[in-house]
Amino acid sequence: MTTATPTRPDRGTRPARQNWRVRLRRDRSLILMTLPAVVLLLVFNYVPLFGLVTAFQEYDPLAGIWYSTWAGLDQFQRLFGDALFWNAVRNTLYLSFVQLILFFPVPIALALLLNSVLSQRVRNFIQSVVYLPHFFSWVLAITIFQQMLGGAGALNHFLRNNDIGTWDVMTNPDTFALLVSAQVIWKEAGWGIIVFLAALAAINTDLYEAAAADGAGRWRRLWHITLPGLRGVIVLMLVLRLGNALTVGFEQFLIQRDAVGYDTADVLDTFSFYYGIATGDYSYGAAAGLFKSVISLLLIWGANKLAHAFGEDGLYRR
Amino acid sequence: MLTIERTLEAAETPAPQAVRKKKRNTRPAWEEPPTIAGETAKGITLGVVLLVMLVPLWIIVVTSLSTQGAVNRAGGLVIWPDGLTLEAYRVMLGDTTVRTALLVSLGITAVGTLVSMAVSVMCAYGLSRSRSFAHRFLLTLLILTMFVNGGLIPTFLVVTGLGGYGQWWSLILPSAISVFNILILRSFYSSTSADLIEAARIDGAGDWRILWSIVLPTSRAVTAVMALFYGVGYWNSFFNVMLYMPTDSEKWPLQYVLYTYVNRGNGMPGSVNAGFGTALSQTAPLSLQMAVVVLTLVPLLIVYPFVQKHFRTGVLTGAIKG
Repeated sequence: MTTATPTRPDRGTRPARQNWRVRLRRDRSLILMTLPAVVLLLVFNYVPLFGLVTAFQEYDPLAGIWYSTWAGLDQFQRLFGDALFWNAVRNTLYLSFVQLILFFPVPIALALLLNSVLSQRVRNFIQSVVYLPHFFSWVLAITIFQQMLGGAGALNHFLRNNDIGTWDVMTNPDTFALLVSAQVIWKEAGWGIIVFLAALAAINTDLYEAAAADGAGRWRRLWHITLPGLRGVIVLMLVLRLGNALTVGFEQFLIQRDAVGYDTADVLDTFSFYYGIATGDYSYGAAAGLFKSVISLLLIWGANKLAHAFGEDGLYRR
Repeated sequence: MLTIERTLEAAETPAPQAVRKKKRNTRPAWEEPPTIAGETAKGITLGVVLLVMLVPLWIIVVTSLSTQGAVNRAGGLVIWPDGLTLEAYRVMLGDTTVRTALLVSLGITAVGTLVSMAVSVMCAYGLSRSRSFAHRFLLTLLILTMFVNGGLIPTFLVVTGLGGYGQWWSLILPSAISVFNILILRSFYSSTSADLIEAARIDGAGDWRILWSIVLPTSRAVTAVMALFYGVGYWNSFFNVMLYMPTDSEKWPLQYVLYTYVNRGNGMPGSVNAGFGTALSQTAPLSLQMAVVVLTLVPLLIVYPFVQKHFRTGVLTGAIKG
C-alpha cells in the first residue's frame, strides 16, 4: 500500500510507519524546538482557561483561586440584571454593525481603484503610504485625530477663524460611531487592501480579454469577472468580521471612553476591564469575559455555516 | 487545513499573469481607451486618499519644528513652515521622563522582538517537517488558542499570580508569540526546497544546522516582515503597561508617556515642575507635544522602507489578522 502512494521528497529520511519510540528519537530536536512556544502557550493561554473558574466564584485575591468561595451562577445573575452590562452589549453590537457597513467596502473599492492604476511606480508609492497607519499605535492614531479634529485641533481652528462655529467631533456622543469608523478606516483600510490585491492578481487576464472580445464593457467585466474572482476572499473576510462581531477594538475605546462617556463608548471589553480589574471585582469581569467568549465562538461557528451555505470554504472546510 | 493557510500558500507563488502584468506597464490592446471623466475621478479619489494620510503627519512634523512665535501666529497647529527651530527636540531629549521612556521602549522592542522571533522561528521549523513526531497534535494545540482563550481577567490573574506585576517580563512574555505569525513562517518553511534539505541531511547536518544555515537564509523576506510585525507590537505596547505597571512612571514606555502627556493633558510625570520646568517656557508646549508624537513615529519610519518592499512576497495575512 505504502509503495503505491506518491512519495514526497522529504519522506526519504522520515518514513511514515515506524515505532513511535524510533520517531520520537529521530525528531527529538524538532520537538525541542517547539518547546518554548508550547510552554508559553500553556502558561499564558491554557492556564487562563482554567482561570475562567473565577467567573463562578467570589474571587478574593488574598485567598487565591483554590480557596475563594464558590458562587455558582451568581455573577451571571448579577450581570444579566446590570443595565450597564446591557449598555455595553448594545454599544458593541451597534458599533460593530456601523463599522461593518462603513468599513468593509472601503478596502475592496480601494483595491479595485489601485488595481486599475497602470504605473507600477505610482501603485507602489500609494501602497506604501496607505499601509503605514496600520503600524501606528492606537494612542498615536487617536492623538493625530485629536490634533486634527479635537476641540483645539486644526479643523476647529479653521472653523473658528471663519466664524462658522465649532464642532468638537472627539467628545460628541452622537457622532461617536462615525468617528470610530473613520478612525478604523484611516488606520486599517489601507492595510486591508493587501488581501484583495492578491486575489485580483490571481484572476486570469485571458478572461478579461475574451470578455472584451465578446463586447463586454468595463462595468460588465467588473461585474462578471472581477467580483466573482473576489468572492471567496470577500466571504472569508466577512466570516472573520462576523465571528469577531463582539470585538470592536479595545485600546481604541479604552483611550476614548472617558472623553465621550461610557453611555456610548463602553464596549464589552472595556466593561470587563473597568468592572473587573480597575475596581478589583475580578469574578464579575471574568463572567462578562466568559459571556463574550461563548457568544463569539457561536458567532464564528454560525458565520462558517453561512459561508458554507454560500458554497465557500469560510474559515475551515466542511 | 485552515483556509488562511491555503490562501497563504496560494499567495506565496505569484500567479504567472501577475508577473507578466508587472513587466507590461501599458494598457492591453483589447481594453477601451480611458474616458477623461473616469481618469479624473480616479486621480482625485487617490489624491484625496493620499492627502488624508499625509497631511496630518506633515502638520505634526511642521508644528514640532516651529518656534513659539510661529505657533502663536498660527494660533495652534502650524501648516506652513514659518520660523523653524529644533528647540522642542532639544528640550524633549533633555527631559528625563522622555529619555527614560525612549530607552524603555527601545529596550522592550529589542529584547521582545528577539525573544518572539527566536521562539517563533524554532517552533515554525519544528512543525514544518512533514510526518514528524506529534506535529499534528502540537499544531492543533497552537491553532486552538486562536479560537478559545481565557480572556482578559484570567490572563491578568495568571500573570500577577506569577509575580509579573511591575516586572519587565509581563510586557513581553504573555504576548510573545502570535500563533498566526508562526503559521505564516511554517508555511514558508514547508516550501523550502526539499532537495536542499535532503542534501544537507546526507552531509550530516542535523535539524538545528538545517534551520540556521539553510531555512533561515532562504526565507529572509518573511523573517524581516515577521520581525517588523513583532517589533511594531512591542513598540506600540500600551495596554500591558496599563495593566501591569500603571503606577511605575519610570518604567513607562513612550506610548504610555504620549498617552498621559498628550491625550490626557497631564504634566510630564516625574518632572519637577509638572510641565517642562521654568527655563523651558520659550518652547511652545504644543511643539513639545508634537515632538513626542514624532519621536514615537521615527523608529517606525526608519525601519519601514526596508521591510515594506517585502510585503508583496506573500504577507497578505496580516490583513486577515487585523
